[in-house]
Amino acid sequence: MIKAEWFYWLVGLSFLVMAALMVTDRSNPKRFGTGAFWGLIGAGFVYSSWVAAEQAPAEPLGAAVLLMACLAGFGFTGRGTPRTTTPEQRTASAAKLGNRLFVPALTIPVVAMICAIGAKYISLGGEPLLQEGSETILGLGIGAVVALVVGMVLLREKRVSVPVQSGRSMLEAMGWAMLLPQMLATLGAIFQVSGVGDQVGRLATFVLPEDSLYIAVVVYCVGMFLFTIIMGNAFAAFPVMTAAVGWPVLIGHFDGNPAAVLAVGMLAGFCGTLITPMAANFNIVPAALLELKDQYGPIKAQLPTAGALLVCNIVIMALFAF
Amino acid sequence: MIVLLGVLVVVIGFATKRNPLLVVGVAGIVTGLLGGLSPGKVLAAFGDGFANSRAVTIFAITLPVIGLLERYGLQEQARNLISRFARLTTGRFLALYLGLRQIGAAVGLTNVFGHAQTVRPLAVPMAEGAAERRYGQLPDRTREKVRSFSASADNVGLFFGEDVFLAVGSILLITGFVNTTYGTHLEPLHLALWAIPTAVCAFTVHGWRLLRLDRQLERELLTAHAESAAVEAVK
Repeated sequence: MIKAEWFYWLVGLSFLVMAALMVTDRSNPKRFGTGAFWGLIGAGFVYSSWVAAEQAPAEPLGAAVLLMACLAGFGFTGRGTPRTTTPEQRTASAAKLGNRLFVPALTIPVVAMICAIGAKYISLGGEPLLQEGSETILGLGIGAVVALVVGMVLLREKRVSVPVQSGRSMLEAMGWAMLLPQMLATLGAIFQVSGVGDQVGRLATFVLPEDSLYIAVVVYCVGMFLFTIIMGNAFAAFPVMTAAVGWPVLIGHFDGNPAAVLAVGMLAGFCGTLITPMAANFNIVPAALLELKDQYGPIKAQLPTAGALLVCNIVIMALFAF
Repeated sequence: MIVLLGVLVVVIGFATKRNPLLVVGVAGIVTGLLGGLSPGKVLAAFGDGFANSRAVTIFAITLPVIGLLERYGLQEQARNLISRFARLTTGRFLALYLGLRQIGAAVGLTNVFGHAQTVRPLAVPMAEGAAERRYGQLPDRTREKVRSFSASADNVGLFFGEDVFLAVGSILLITGFVNTTYGTHLEPLHLALWAIPTAVCAFTVHGWRLLRLDRQLERELLTAHAESAAVEAVK
């Protein structure tokens, strides 16, 4: 049986390899900090297997996580000069390969879907081939590996170092932003252990009239929307609002379909991202990039759409999630 | 009630534009301690949180293949693909861009389009070019509007396309958070399917607004030209 943990080891291992490449890259002025950051993530990925199975203490991993946050937060990470092709080479190659270039990229979601849907029917010696409950995640991993093979064959690229170096450059370009979703999920868990969600939930039930499903839906969606505007990030709003209203009220009390409630709730948060200057990389940076005089131009263009979609999300959740 | 100060730390941290990783780290420590956890327990909470939310970061496994394809001109080919539609009107072109962006994001190609890669070098010149072909020189105010709407087409397409792809951060964040916190079992695939109705709404609403942009431009530009023609006549 293929286990999810094996896949996590593969991801951790590739982070470790890329971290080693980062340390040896002299074009990066902060190569040691960068290497340490990604090395810690990679090692953390592998060590986590035993933490998740409760066979190893979680405290050292927690210390490592805070160290990663400090490394990135105090500016010890940077990026080297990527070794890649020139724009002319890429234009020529695009002209030669055409839309075939999309094939490997599309392989990933196709394989992931096949694994997610079909895995239940494939078994080996009475055991399912893919670990139960992790089919989607394993599908993604298998899809990525298959896509890499397809890509290498299609492009007639024989050097394995090429994709590894490209992947490393992309990691460096994304930098600390890569770790943020995981940190926010961690923060959500800490909020939960410390009772933040319960407190917000108590406030919410104080405001909420009893047994009014539709008002509860509105409170959850508008709460996601407003929290996202304040924080600039739906990921940060999600754990708080879900612990407060989404899970206990909509799913627990009103027996909503968890997948529908949570997916639509997150999308209600995205409506907030469209209109907040706090989401600078989507709203303020493009204004600068496009040389707009009004830095709120994109936000103004998005405002009516964001409002309409918030209403759509509320309606979708109210109609289909219960 | 006092644990809510942790939320305040997050709000203040993001509002004052501190590094988000530090903000989250500090908020976690403050909340944990206020919530009555010992320092050791706080560390363990960070460790457990990291271990249980690894799924959020696994999309990194797709980076080598995407990087390889970009080396061979994936972004250039994406540009070739949209430049085939150069003869459309501004609104129709931007609606098409919205659709392509949404489909791209829905199959995981979140980096193939984007403000720096395609909006500035490609979508904006084409959207402006389409208006200029019809109405001649654009006044600054109209130019700003076309550019703002080009940026919006990229954002709306990305936000409401990517959640249909099951390996995107937000889907994995939802499953990671809920599965560890409440001990349930949610599949990313089901969440991704539930993102489809909103994706359709987003395309309909924003696409309609983009198509309407054509009429707005027509009205604005005809009055602007009439005015300048009147000025010319007086001269």
